[in-house]
Amino acid sequence: MKQQNIRWGLVIFITPMLLWLLLLIVLPQLDMLFMAVRAENDLGEMGFSLINFKTFFFEPIYWRTFARTATFAIFVTFLTFVITLPVAFYITKVVSPKFQGFLAVLILMPFWVSELVRVYGWMILLRESGFINHFLVKFHILDKPVEMLYNDATMIMGLVYTSMLFMLVPLLSVLESLDNSLIEAAYDLGANMWTILIKIIIPHSMPGIVSGSIVVFMLTLGNYLTPNLMGGKNGLWFTEQIYNQFIASFNWNQGSAFGFLLLILSSVIIWVGLKLSKQKLGQVMQ
Amino acid sequence: MFKKTCLSLMAVLFLAVFTMSAGAQTLEILTWKGYAPKVLVEKFKKETGIDVKVTFTNNEEMIAKLRATRGAGFDLAQPSQDRIASVQAKYKIYQAMDFAKINKGQIIASMLKAVKDSTMVNGSPHAVPFCWGTSGLVINKKMAPNASDYTDLLNPKYNGRISYRLKRPTLIALGFALGDNPFAKYSDVSAYKALMDKVSGELIKNKGLVKNYWSNGDALLQLMRSGEVFVAMAWDNGGWKLHEENPDIDFVAPKSGALGWIDTFAIPAKAKNVDGAYKWINFMLKPENAAVFTNLEKYGTASNGATKLTDKKVRGNFERSFPQADIDNIKWYPPVPAKLESIEGKILDKVKASK
Repeated sequence: MKQQNIRWGLVIFITPMLLWLLLLIVLPQLDMLFMAVRAENDLGEMGFSLINFKTFFFEPIYWRTFARTATFAIFVTFLTFVITLPVAFYITKVVSPKFQGFLAVLILMPFWVSELVRVYGWMILLRESGFINHFLVKFHILDKPVEMLYNDATMIMGLVYTSMLFMLVPLLSVLESLDNSLIEAAYDLGANMWTILIKIIIPHSMPGIVSGSIVVFMLTLGNYLTPNLMGGKNGLWFTEQIYNQFIASFNWNQGSAFGFLLLILSSVIIWVGLKLSKQKLGQVMQ
Repeated sequence: MFKKTCLSLMAVLFLAVFTMSAGAQTLEILTWKGYAPKVLVEKFKKETGIDVKVTFTNNEEMIAKLRATRGAGFDLAQPSQDRIASVQAKYKIYQAMDFAKINKGQIIASMLKAVKDSTMVNGSPHAVPFCWGTSGLVINKKMAPNASDYTDLLNPKYNGRISYRLKRPTLIALGFALGDNPFAKYSDVSAYKALMDKVSGELIKNKGLVKNYWSNGDALLQLMRSGEVFVAMAWDNGGWKLHEENPDIDFVAPKSGALGWIDTFAIPAKAKNVDGAYKWINFMLKPENAAVFTNLEKYGTASNGATKLTDKKVRGNFERSFPQADIDNIKWYPPVPAKLESIEGKILDKVKASK
């Protein structure tokens, strides 16, 4: 009798999750795959075809955009890590425990408003007639305002800003578990700061670094708003190309193929990353 | 914790279903920004008791949204007249117009006929006209007094002060400005592609001059207002709105011809509140309501007799920007045949990807 109750409980609790997975993830992906392998022939009839995938590999513009997007995403991930590690170290190890929560909330705060609002905030600050230019000119640091938007550097800054939280949270939790005495012992034995960073802190936080990197990489690769608004005329991102196929060219089959390729290629990049860092996905995601 | 989440989720779902069934008299409109002014929505609610819910979009997204649901989810859409026939033939997302339910006396006859002809699929028209306007140049005359044609979008004199949309109207406008006629080549895919390649070559060569490709009308107005952009390709009403604030800025009909469009009413195939949709169409085309719309948004209207009721200033805009020769030179969009969109899509991608 008791056994039965537990099973029913399990069924009730697991059904929403399974439904979620099946209806919102598995089925749409299958539908997309199905669409991706169909294309119109010259007579305008739909039929099975791999032309959509071929287009990606043989039209330089598409795979170049993907390569550019992936390179930028990797760079953004690395930059986010470099900026976030000292912040995480400061919050967990240096500052008095009283302020730890406060500082973590400060970092969380910008995420209480939507990404769109944050991006527009940056645009108001950085545009030619914007806030920062106004002050630079007023204090005679610049002769006339310069355009700070619509270039790669601004776009990368925006992406790093958007992703910082997702790197910080896993780093905070791994650094919390790092025993302070290890660092003290290393200092006693004459190690300098860089040795401690490379031999103790980074190896210890590897699982956090890898899980943070996966999240940041995927979010950056799949971002649409920031590259489009802050990158402007030079910010063609692969997601935008998918959007264009669906919306501007009315070619849903090509768009689906691109979407599917984005999924596969980004999974491959993450797999390579895991192999290189010698981490296991199961451990990283714990 | 999980149980709580489940419970609250169910509560939300229940509420959603409840409110949906309670507000049965709603009208879902898929339209452009500014096409359903708040005053008119409120007036319509008072007259008929129907709540109007508005979703803002553009031509391409309108088609994609209706195609995804096979014409469900909205009771009324407002695509441009040239983007209906080939889309309807292929995806069947609209239903034929029932002209018995439309107060035809309210509509300018020539415009009604033009839209009927261009949206004819399987022997029945699928749209009625609502408003019209043109794309051309919005120019800051103090900074760029000599800008007069689309070619000024490629003029090094205005380096960094140029903005346009990376959409099909820009390609077509430059096609005309380079001395060709893109509309005449609509039926010949390879000639059209050759022309588009030529246009995109120019766009890529002069990409460095562009400040930004605008995608949001308000953002462009802000760029012009703050003096960051002097020469832009945009809709006439945007230029006229700015002219009220700053007399230096105005809409200019380009030498090679402004591009004329007519936006319509079309009823999606699976619209729920079809009666409400016809009521809204007749309401919006009533001269006094159409005049309210035109005064607010500065677009031309398809309503017969509304022009007499509009502000003098609005009529002044038109007379200032469009001398008779320029009116005769307006290039009206013919219906877009299938296939062209994918050619243009690829070319626009190439322009955006180039350095």
